[in-house]
Amino acid sequence: MANSFLSIEKLTQRYPDGKGGEFTVFENASFGIEKGEFVCILGHSGCGKSTIMNILAGLSEPTKGVVKMDGFAISGPSLDRGVVFQNYSLLPWLTALKNVTFGVAARFPNWTKQQVEEHSIAFLEKVGLLGDAIHRKPSQLSGGMRQRVSIARAFANEPKLLLLDEPFGALDALTRGTIQEELLKVWSGTDQTVFMITHDIDEAILLADRILLMTNGPLARVAESVEITIPRPRVRTDIVEHPNYYAIRNHLVQFLGKRSAELAGQASAEGETHSPQTVRIDNTEGAGDAQPILQAVMT
Amino acid sequence: MERLSENRRAAIWSIALLFVGLFVWEISISAQAVNTGELTEYEILTGAGTAKAGVPPPSEVAVKAWQELSNPFYDAGPNDKGIGIQIGYSIYRVLTGYFLAAIIAIPLGFLIGMSSVAYKALNPFIQVLRPISPLAWMPLALFIIQDSEASAIFVIFICSIWPMLLNTAFGVAGVREDWVNVARTHELSAIKTAFTVVLPAAAPTIVTGMRISIGIAWLVIVAAEMLVGGTGIGYYVWNEWNNLDLTSVIFSIFMIGIVGMLLDAAFGLLQRRVAYVE
Repeated sequence: MANSFLSIEKLTQRYPDGKGGEFTVFENASFGIEKGEFVCILGHSGCGKSTIMNILAGLSEPTKGVVKMDGFAISGPSLDRGVVFQNYSLLPWLTALKNVTFGVAARFPNWTKQQVEEHSIAFLEKVGLLGDAIHRKPSQLSGGMRQRVSIARAFANEPKLLLLDEPFGALDALTRGTIQEELLKVWSGTDQTVFMITHDIDEAILLADRILLMTNGPLARVAESVEITIPRPRVRTDIVEHPNYYAIRNHLVQFLGKRSAELAGQASAEGETHSPQTVRIDNTEGAGDAQPILQAVMT
Repeated sequence: MERLSENRRAAIWSIALLFVGLFVWEISISAQAVNTGELTEYEILTGAGTAKAGVPPPSEVAVKAWQELSNPFYDAGPNDKGIGIQIGYSIYRVLTGYFLAAIIAIPLGFLIGMSSVAYKALNPFIQVLRPISPLAWMPLALFIIQDSEASAIFVIFICSIWPMLLNTAFGVAGVREDWVNVARTHELSAIKTAFTVVLPAAAPTIVTGMRISIGIAWLVIVAAEMLVGGTGIGYYVWNEWNNLDLTSVIFSIFMIGIVGMLLDAAFGLLQRRVAYVE
């Protein structure tokens, strides 16, 4: 794990609890993400998902621990780590196109204006924004359109790591489905590493190579790392037919419904490292029995 | 019959109200002026038969306005200048004092809005200085600056600084954290963040402050010029009062209103340009 592209090492976050004591959100959390991987993190509210995201983005500092990318500890925000925020975070006084060129111009300061614009338009096209729509202000776009612009801005910057903080949380189910597919389309053309927070189990299975499961806070931990053994390219309507789909889904539902609470709240000894257990569920033929296999592998 | 648009109906009402108002004014004045009939000896002795100096009717004001506006820039000595020259002086003072205030208030407001330490440090001074009537500074300004013109400009400066300062600080402090985070994740420098994110985000609030300031400045210049004298629309009003020329007084009151409206409209336009919908 120490050799992973992104390695999170013994991350601890504590806040003052307002009564003179301390409140530990998570402790000694450690995990790694490989280059080109799409990793989703699932967990209940309050388990510290967003805190981890903010630390990875460089927007806040952990109490203890380090995050290394490409072997170097990160400090502060960087163009190498792009963020898509839940509430889009588009600048409302700029048009959709200007919102993208704003980022591209910051990322590639040596490019000419025309290069910046062409590159931005190309990425807006990839998420389905064409023609007149790119010259509209965010207020004149629907929620789905806004999030498309936000995704285009993040991908156009070609960051080494892309962080998505519940990007579809504010969208209706139908729009969410379309944009998930667009996200997959944009992502599959790149070797972009993605780390995404979500509350939606089906979304996580559709998108991720691996799902990290967090127990409830306080003293939350990243307990399991579930591999999604469904081949790509994935289409929502097809993957539900795959023999692994419901096995994985059941495992996730069980974890979030029961085990996340059972495993919660265990303080750890000083210096102990909490790495997630790798869980691999594979029902396909050639993988062995017809019964679901639950392999727990310590890493 | 086709229904007229809302704006048209409003315009018709405005024009109707104007004519009714002018008509009532005209009628009431001429009724007052009529004073014929038998006079007692006592009344003749006390001068009741002669025309009293009264409020002029709108027709007289209109004639005066026509005279003044057809030759607004004549200059026949210190006590007889065209209305255009007087208003020109006033606008020059207002804009000078106003822009000096903007140059200080907007950067300072940025600082106060960005740093809560700066805000807390400066807030007591602002709270004490802000409620002081700008005219209260006049004697001190006259003594220190020793120049009536510059003192008037100083009074404008001191009255227009507060709304701009407080609104800028308020606007800058209220910039959504998400937008600042966008700037941070794009590694923008502090200066670039200020100009490309904070300034456009706070612009509507800042321009509102500027609009309030220009309104106050225009209110204050009339009073200031009545005190310092010499030139300007405020001086003109007072001078015509001393001449007992009420027609000119009423005419200049209208002019003050119209110029104030135009100044406000200019900032209203600017406000619309910087507005955005979240």
